Amino acid sequence: MSSATQTAFMKSLQQRGYEAVIGLEIHVQLKTQSKMFCADSTQFDAADNENTSPVSVGMPGTLPVVNKLAIEYSIKTGLALGCQIRSKSVFSRKNYFYPDLPKGYQISQYDLPICEKGKISFVVDGYEKTVGITRAHMEEDAGKSNHHGDCTLLNYNRAGIPLLEVVSEPDIRTPTEAAEYVRTIRQIARYLDVCDGNLEEGSLRCDCNVSVRKIGAPEFGTKVEIKNINSFRFVEKAIEYEIERQIDFVDRGEKIIQETRLYDPDKNRTFSMRKKEDAQDYRYFPDPDLQPIIVTAEMIQKLKSELPELPRARAERFKKEHGLPEHDAAVLTNEKELADYYEATAAVCKNHKASSNWIMTDVLRELNQAQKNILQCPIKAFDLGNLIQMIDGNTISGKIAKTVFVEMWKTGDAPDKIVKEKGLTQITDNSAIEKIIDDVLAQSAPQVADYRSGKTKLFGFFVGAVMKATKGQANPDLVNKLLQDKLNG
Amino acid sequence: MDLLKSSFKEITEAVQLKKMSAKEVTQFFLKRSEQIDKKLNSFVIMNEKAIQQAEQIDQKIAHGEVVGPLAGVPFGIKDMLCTKGLRTTAGSKILENFIPPYDSTVVKKLKNAGVVVLGKLNQDEFAMGSSNETSYFGPVKNPWDLTRVPGGSSGGSAAAQAARLTAGTIGTDTGGSIRQPASFCGIVGVKPTYGRVSRYGIIAYASSLDQAGPMVSSVEDAALCLEVICGHDQMDSTTSQKSVPPFSKNLNPNIKGMKIGLIKEFMSGGLDPDVQKTVQNAIDELKKMGAEIVEISISLTDQAVPVYYLVAASEASSNLARYDGVKYGHRAHFESLASLELDEFYSKTRGEGFGPEVQRRIMLGTYCLSSGYYDAYYNKAGQVRRLMKNQYDEAFQKCDVILSPVTTSPAFKIGDRISDPLAMYLNDIFTVSTNLAGLPGMSLPFGFSSEKLPIGIQLTSSHFDEQRMLNVALALENVSSAKGALPNV
Repeated sequence: MSSATQTAFMKSLQQRGYEAVIGLEIHVQLKTQSKMFCADSTQFDAADNENTSPVSVGMPGTLPVVNKLAIEYSIKTGLALGCQIRSKSVFSRKNYFYPDLPKGYQISQYDLPICEKGKISFVVDGYEKTVGITRAHMEEDAGKSNHHGDCTLLNYNRAGIPLLEVVSEPDIRTPTEAAEYVRTIRQIARYLDVCDGNLEEGSLRCDCNVSVRKIGAPEFGTKVEIKNINSFRFVEKAIEYEIERQIDFVDRGEKIIQETRLYDPDKNRTFSMRKKEDAQDYRYFPDPDLQPIIVTAEMIQKLKSELPELPRARAERFKKEHGLPEHDAAVLTNEKELADYYEATAAVCKNHKASSNWIMTDVLRELNQAQKNILQCPIKAFDLGNLIQMIDGNTISGKIAKTVFVEMWKTGDAPDKIVKEKGLTQITDNSAIEKIIDDVLAQSAPQVADYRSGKTKLFGFFVGAVMKATKGQANPDLVNKLLQDKLNG
Repeated sequence: MDLLKSSFKEITEAVQLKKMSAKEVTQFFLKRSEQIDKKLNSFVIMNEKAIQQAEQIDQKIAHGEVVGPLAGVPFGIKDMLCTKGLRTTAGSKILENFIPPYDSTVVKKLKNAGVVVLGKLNQDEFAMGSSNETSYFGPVKNPWDLTRVPGGSSGGSAAAQAARLTAGTIGTDTGGSIRQPASFCGIVGVKPTYGRVSRYGIIAYASSLDQAGPMVSSVEDAALCLEVICGHDQMDSTTSQKSVPPFSKNLNPNIKGMKIGLIKEFMSGGLDPDVQKTVQNAIDELKKMGAEIVEISISLTDQAVPVYYLVAASEASSNLARYDGVKYGHRAHFESLASLELDEFYSKTRGEGFGPEVQRRIMLGTYCLSSGYYDAYYNKAGQVRRLMKNQYDEAFQKCDVILSPVTTSPAFKIGDRISDPLAMYLNDIFTVSTNLAGLPGMSLPFGFSSEKLPIGIQLTSSHFDEQRMLNVALALENVSSAKGALPNV
């Protein structure tokens, strides 16, 4: 939703006298090599049931063993979300029958999650929003059922993949805030390198709890859970649809039913999946096969020291220390790798704003066109830094630099090599430029006469002619100065 | 060499010195099974590869290779322990044709030690029973009296070992399933401390209580077997890191000055006079050997049976959820799956696959874990369990080893109690507290009833102090009238 439509939507909401209350549950798939409780690979594109073992398909007598890296990733994420880390947390069994759940229970944290009581802040439409994090708990994923007519095929590759479920407080009030919240969680998880953050592949999944109430009402309305949302755009659209559906209901004097609904992106609507009365009793109890997870203060200290600078802090630093505008700082810190690229560029040329400009316009434009990410960029940050330095050091003009940039993108070569090979070095030698100016003026006697008789606008014509004669390599400042001298002198 | 009376040490020595080949030893026991087991029904399946395994050991010895401490000793394995390539049923129809692609850690360790697996032993279905009458493969008969039960759930192990169809056997004990049948059949059965023996690959009944252990003919054999099967396993997070002492080498029958505790609450009435007499004989002998008898109190023992059945049934209801007919095991026949409701698929499959006792405990456990009942049942049971453990810890401040009856009476008649589950459950009164507190316990044959039925006594020591328990057992074995007694089958 654009900022304008968002405002319009919110206005209509307010006019009708309602506000929405939204809370999100985000499943962050942790990027470990092996599963949560066994050594099976987690590779995404494996053949059906290739990533399985007696443990992950729940064969008799097999036992889970905790993946320590998954715990570290969870703690890191918790710390980045400002959570308290429990010194003792417990895995429980969530019991329910479904064919893609091999053991008949999912191992998940219940009353004692590893992370709790955090909060994150982010900027939406120019204002700062803070959302509380109720908890973040670890669990294992289930397998995948593929229904084909009268048969169902089961793929257990996903069964046992580690997830961290991040549960927000019902602090979110608009669809845009919700989408921005998901973006922020994704961004943090990617900064920590604990999750791919790929919504389409399901490595980040999001359930939304939505209710509406009359503005000023002390109580929350009845909440509805929306599942199956797999893009940022759908987060906004699904919530927007759901808010309007609920308000229409309440306005008609009907009661909202507590239920789970699915979002259908093709029809842009939600439809009922199951009512609360059908909700299962999961019969949680602590898993007797696993010991409680004990996290020591030293462990937290160590993981804290390993945390990278987080996007929000980095953007602030770019603004304060590099003098970048808010927009630049936000764009550059969106992805950790892009921010790294920017910093590496700026470190070479010592010109922050120029680095930002080149990256935000030229680099991102080319990457977009080629559908590449910054890690696949053919131009190394070091080379881009050098290119900027060559402009600042008057070795080449800004205009020539654009040509060099195109060549760098094509060949991956260093800028000095290209400049040298193509003879693009800027001419900064007075006598050389003077000679060319003399030639130009000699060939343009009528224009010189006109200029001297008052048509000073012709100055540009002379500059152009000189630049053309030097194939753009003449230092433009010098050309200006010398032309002025010759014409006026 | 009389293989009916040979110890593990004697067999291994004979095999290593080539006085007798492992193959000959194995053939001896296989032939005995062939002749006798028709009467007992102790084996569910024989291992077709037994002779081959024995030959491999002989070859190793012929090549001068190092062989394990139990080289050439033929074992029967309770059908709760997964054996690679050998059908493992847990005594249930639902796993009637299940062939595990892996060995349980215990079986792996035994094989590495040179044990030959003769076959899989009958048991109560999923180890739920005290008489071996709940097995899908029919009841096992007590070799001392074929009209009587061998006890349960490890009834096949006890009967086979008592009749020397095996040199040794492995059982599992959740509430007395090793000790009670050992007592009924006149053999030595040890349940190690919880966490001593890996549960990996052992079909789970109640995860926080299950432990595998030896069911053998002497204390020395038990000690030797424990050395092999105990120890930390990275596949089972609940195994202890504690080192395993050389139990057999440390065996010492000198118990002078040792304090033997008698649980006040266990000595007050309700005991069969022959059992009473056997326990009294043991007390007298211990005194003669210079041990001090002290009275201790575990007042919570009156809660032990209900607490046990709450905990065990709750965990079982979750542990057995994986037997759903989806991935392996029995699946009910359906004309078409097209219009089938999932619930119907499960209830028909599980209704056919599980026997009545298993269904009873699944229902009991499901109820106990249900929302609204969890606190009153499972949680409360957990609290009582902790208090009971504290009472035992206190008791072990006053004594080294606890002596008690194993059962209220010798083996009862087949069919006598099967229709009265409560009477059957109360049979476990002396054994379940040991499991609830996680303590090691054992049964040692120490006499006979007037009807010539074996009677065992129970010894219990503090956590990970199996050694002292074994030492007292050895001292008593030396003076036991039941030592080396064989049934006439």
